Amino acid sequence: MLRVALSRLGTAVPSLIGVVVVTFLLTRVLPGDTATYFAGPVASAEAIAQIRAQLGLDQTLPVQFGRYVADLARGDLGTSLGTGQPVLHEIATRLPASAELTLSGLLLAALAAVPLGILAALRQGSWVDHLCRVVTTAGVSLPVFFTGLLAVYVFYFLLGWAPSPVGRLDAFATAPPAVTNFLLIDSLLAGDTETFLAALSQIALPALTLALFALAPLARITRASMLAALDSEFIRTARASGLNRRTIVLTYAFRNAMLPVVTTLGMVFSFLLGANVLVEKVFAWPGIGSYAVEALIASDFAPVQGFVLTMAVLYIALNLAIDLLYGLIDPRAKEG
Amino acid sequence: MRRRTLIASASAALAAPALRPAAAQPAPTRAETLLLVQEYGPNSLDMQGIGSSQPVNGVALNCYDRLVRYKRVALPGEGNGSTFDITSLEPELAESWQEASDGMSCTFRLREARFHSGRPVAAKDVKWSLDRAVSIGGFATTQMNAGSLEKPEQFVALDDRTFRVDYVRKDKLTLPNLGVTIPFVFDSELAIRNGGGDPWAKEWLKNNVAGSGAFRVEAFRPGTETIYVRNDDWKSGPLPSLRRVIARDIPSPSTRRALIERGDTDISYGLPPKDFKDLAEARRVKVVGVPVPNAIWYVALNATTGPFTDVRLRQAVAWALPYEAIMQASLFGRGVPMWGALGGPTTAWPQPFPYSTNLARARELVQQAAPGGVTTSLLFDAGSGTIAEPMAVLVKEALAPIGINVELSKIPGANFRGELNKKTAPMVINRFGGWLDWPDYFFFWNYHGNNSIFNIASYQNPAMDRLIDAARFAADADTYAGAVKGFIGLAEQEVPMIPIAQPLHDVAMQRSIGGYQFWPCREPDFRFLTKG
Repeated sequence: MLRVALSRLGTAVPSLIGVVVVTFLLTRVLPGDTATYFAGPVASAEAIAQIRAQLGLDQTLPVQFGRYVADLARGDLGTSLGTGQPVLHEIATRLPASAELTLSGLLLAALAAVPLGILAALRQGSWVDHLCRVVTTAGVSLPVFFTGLLAVYVFYFLLGWAPSPVGRLDAFATAPPAVTNFLLIDSLLAGDTETFLAALSQIALPALTLALFALAPLARITRASMLAALDSEFIRTARASGLNRRTIVLTYAFRNAMLPVVTTLGMVFSFLLGANVLVEKVFAWPGIGSYAVEALIASDFAPVQGFVLTMAVLYIALNLAIDLLYGLIDPRAKEG
Repeated sequence: MRRRTLIASASAALAAPALRPAAAQPAPTRAETLLLVQEYGPNSLDMQGIGSSQPVNGVALNCYDRLVRYKRVALPGEGNGSTFDITSLEPELAESWQEASDGMSCTFRLREARFHSGRPVAAKDVKWSLDRAVSIGGFATTQMNAGSLEKPEQFVALDDRTFRVDYVRKDKLTLPNLGVTIPFVFDSELAIRNGGGDPWAKEWLKNNVAGSGAFRVEAFRPGTETIYVRNDDWKSGPLPSLRRVIARDIPSPSTRRALIERGDTDISYGLPPKDFKDLAEARRVKVVGVPVPNAIWYVALNATTGPFTDVRLRQAVAWALPYEAIMQASLFGRGVPMWGALGGPTTAWPQPFPYSTNLARARELVQQAAPGGVTTSLLFDAGSGTIAEPMAVLVKEALAPIGINVELSKIPGANFRGELNKKTAPMVINRFGGWLDWPDYFFFWNYHGNNSIFNIASYQNPAMDRLIDAARFAADADTYAGAVKGFIGLAEQEVPMIPIAQPLHDVAMQRSIGGYQFWPCREPDFRFLTKG
């Protein structure tokens, strides 16, 4: 397993180099002018030139790239102009926020989607199958910002069940001491149930919104791969051998159907992590997606580069994890 | 006398630690804590620093003191708070001041105030801070220069509590410019000590407050929240009634509106005009709208290149704009009309221009100037799209029937200023606001031949420049009034930019919130706000 992991990591190095080069070039060809933007409304030409020099934007591209790589080697991702903070620090605080939200959403989605998909596959054409179809169609066709706003309107504004959508914690609550930067975990570690419940109530609506969106691909894939598995010969053999239904479905069919589900889960996770900007905006979630989009609009290079790089590293790590998980689920995958 | 002051302040310094109410006081209650929601918060704690965002003005306002502030003037309506009179100054850090008989300098007497560090505020701190403002570059220096505050030699620390500003020229903007949010006073010793070799401690002051203001920053989490706590030892004004302020960044305007309507926040900043209109009509919460001094939404027409070099076409557009429709559909009534003036120009600014929607006249002018019609493009900033986009669509629709075909071009924030700097855009929707509320200041930026970025029309006219310069440095009121009426009249006739509306600066707050104070920088002033 270790050898697989190492060889996988080895193949990731060229992709990382590619990502570094491409993000650098992409941010430089963006049409915006960072210096003019940050010089403020009544900036003179000299003021703009001064800022340009300060940011090193008056240098040639190779020189700028050299500096960028040198900084990167020292673990310095630069400083965001938009928030005035080091990018590494911002990503380190915002990534856990996004990850906590995405993982919660995904967990909810998986808990609902997998049983739904299995049942839909077992009873094709029944009401469960139709329910599955309706839910998945609704999940993909309703944009998240719409479901998010709708959820806020109904559960917060009209019913008052949910707390005010002001981010990870209520304004008057105090954050637990940071260990993992996952508030739910940190508050439990600190034994602070009050903060845990506060954080849980804050995360509930955005996580549900995300779950509704993530539900669709998961349920569809579970259903499809379950159908394929149930149709295959080893299941017929198992049935013919008189194994009980529970063992056939869960031990044989589901285990084989899990591979595509896990792949989809990984893809949905990495996609949601960076792409749930709109949910983050609606719920004022201090996540990484909204951070990157804000930076992109302002042509703020450093956070954009830092974001893309972080996402690339995450994708690689995630793919590796999924590959390793394959080996556990399906012994045949180990040999590949 | 000087020695005595020195002794007095030295003994006060010794006594300070005992005097300062420390942890003994109970923690601020919810009634003493204000919760404010805004689209985005400060990106730095140093308003003089390069690239500081609009909310950083609020940090300068609440955490630092200036020598002077503007006189507060009550707004019409019960409990609506106050605006300001920029021509009348009140003491802040300076307890008194005297302009020299030759009118070329002003001497300030500092009050006995202390920085958050406990050190007494001294004249050398004022000098360091103003030196910094004129030397640091970027917006701070530009703003200082606007009031003829240009070089460190102008600032003289005479003794611990006496400070003098020498003028480079007689400029009526010099003293008022000391009240904006740029020339605030740092604890220079603390800043230099932590500056790590940088004489202006730029990096350190970005994340730390070294001031004497009414509030300290307890927590600064860019993109999430900023928490302020009261400085109980504040000397430059009456002690604020709020002890703690939490300013949360809530990007979605719908969420900000829901929060104020549900009563879960005390103040909500920066909603779209439609929401302010709805909230004002529903009357559950208080909406205070102040016409932003010296600010206008306008359509600029390029007078140097493209079709609008012909003044008749510019006038045609001014006669064709659907002013009323724009006011209703884009600003939702949250503005002051800038069209349909009867009678000649006055000295007021902003003031309506004599145009109104008159398609027959517009068509006639187009027929004379360009019988074949014109095709052109209209630029606007995507960042202000909520207002500018419907405005642009209405302009396009209104101009098509008179033979001016307009393509809309929505430019993302980072590119917008770059486009303006190119000076080639034929037609632009923009909003300009000047902190110093004088018409000649507005015209200096928007109409003067020095062609600043805000002279979007690239308007060049020596007669206009002469009138603007004459007003700026006019010695007496009559010359001033004559010059102002002169350039406004010229602008009405030449219309390189067509004013549409003076925007209202709206803030929604719970009915229990009092003491709202509007300043040129438009950021909330926690020092005067009350709750309950």
